[in-house]
Amino acid sequence: MNTASFKEDYKKDILALLAQNLGLRGSVLPLPSRYFTSWAKGLGLHRGGEVVLYTGHMYQLVPVIRLMEEQAKELAPEKRARLARLARWINPVVNVSAFSRFMVSAAARSRYERCLQNIVLLLRLTGLEPGYLYGVEKYAGALAFDLGLDGPFGRHAARVARRLKDKGVKEIITVDPHTTEVFKNVYPKVVPGFDIRVRSYLEVLAEANIEVRLPWEEKFVFHDSCVYARYLGLIDEPRRLLEAAGVKVLEPDQSRELTHCCGGPVESLFPERAEEVARARMEQLTSLGRRIITACPICWLNLERVRDPRVEVFDISEILAAAFLGKI
Amino acid sequence: MIQVDERLLERIAKDKDFNAQACFNCGTCSALCPMGLGLLPRELFRYVLLGARDRLRELSDVIFSCLLCRLCEANCPRGVRITHNIRTLRSYLVKDEYRIL
Ligand code: SF4
Ligand code: SF4
Repeated sequence: MNTASFKEDYKKDILALLAQNLGLRGSVLPLPSRYFTSWAKGLGLHRGGEVVLYTGHMYQLVPVIRLMEEQAKELAPEKRARLARLARWINPVVNVSAFSRFMVSAAARSRYERCLQNIVLLLRLTGLEPGYLYGVEKYAGALAFDLGLDGPFGRHAARVARRLKDKGVKEIITVDPHTTEVFKNVYPKVVPGFDIRVRSYLEVLAEANIEVRLPWEEKFVFHDSCVYARYLGLIDEPRRLLEAAGVKVLEPDQSRELTHCCGGPVESLFPERAEEVARARMEQLTSLGRRIITACPICWLNLERVRDPRVEVFDISEILAAAFLGKI
Repeated sequence: MIQVDERLLERIAKDKDFNAQACFNCGTCSALCPMGLGLLPRELFRYVLLGARDRLRELSDVIFSCLLCRLCEANCPRGVRITHNIRTLRSYLVKDEYRIL
C-alpha cells in the first residue's frame, strides 16, 4: 500500500467509525453511561427539570482521549491505519471504545470530574439550582458536524432534541464552547422547531455578581478558545469573572477575537499536526507566564499535552472555584 | 485536464451561504492560518466553482486539515464564509466520495 492511499483510507476509516458510533451508540466515543454521570454523585442534582446543566460529555472524555492518544503515539502510522480499519469492521458488533475505559484510572479522572462539580457549586452561588439528565444526556455531536458527517449528525441531533423535548427541558446551561455552539447555532438550523434556550455557565456566572471569598491576587495568562471568541463572542465574560476573582489577566498578542487555535479540532485525523499547532500556541502563552488558564476542555487537553513540566495549565472553573467557593 | 462534476456544482449552487465568489485573492487568510494552509481557501474554492471534482479528491487532506478556527474569516476583507465553505466541501466528500450517508 503506498503512503497516500493508506492515509486516505485512514481518514475514511476514522470518519466511518465516528459516524457508526454516533448512529449506533449516540456518541463519537461511546462509553457506558455511568462513566459519564459518576461525577454527579453526592451533589444532589435533581433529575431533569426545565433548566438543566448539560455536560455534553466533554470533560469526561478528556482523560480517555489522552490515554488513547498516548497509546496511538506508540504505533507507526501504517499500523495505526490498519487498526482503524479493523476497528471499523468490528465496531458494529463490539463496542471498541469501551475497552479504553478500563485503563483510565480514577486519579486521572478526578480532576476533570471536579471541574463539573465545581461548576454546579458555582451556579448554586447565583441562586440557580439546575437539574441534570444523567444517562439521558447525550453527546451533542459537534465533531460529526465539523467533519461534514451531515447524515449521521442530522439524525443524532433530531434524537437528542426529541429527548430534551420529552423531558420538558426549556433551557440548557452548557460547560464547554463546542456543545454551546452546536446547540445554540446549529441545532436550530437542522432540527425544525428547536427552541431551547442555551447559555454557557460563564455567561450565567458573569451576570450574577457573586462575591469573592479568597481573591487570587496573582497573574495568569488567559487562552481564548476559538469557538467562544469567534463563534459565540464570549470574550468579556471570562475576563470579568477572572478579574472579580482577583486574577490579573495577562493577554498574549493573539487574544480575544484574534486568538490562536490550540490545534484540537484536527486531533482525530491529524494528531501530529494538532500537536504542532498546540506547541506554537504554547510558546505564545508561555512568553508571558507559566500559569495558563483555558476555558475549554479541548484546549486544556491540547495545551496540557505539550506542556513543559514547569508550566501549569488550569481550567477556568478551577480558578473560579478557588476564589468564589474558597476551596483549593 | 479538469473533469467537471455537475453534482458538485449543483450542490454548491443550492447552498446560498457558499460565497466563495466573493474572494478577491488577497491572501490574508493564508498569511494568518495557523495550519499554514496556503491553498485554503483561495485556490480550493476556485476548483469548486469550476466543479473540479478530482482536484477536491486529491486535496481532501487539506480540506480536512482546517481547524475551523475562523482566524482567517475574522480578518477576510470580503466577508467570505470560509469555514462554512470548508464544511460544505467536507460534507460533499463524505457523502459523494466516501459514501458515508
Ligand atoms: S482573506 Fe478572503 S478575500 Fe482574501 S484570499 Fe482569503 S478568502 Fe479571499
Ligand atoms: S479556519 Fe482553517 S483555513 Fe482558516 S485560519 Fe483556521 S485553520 Fe486556517
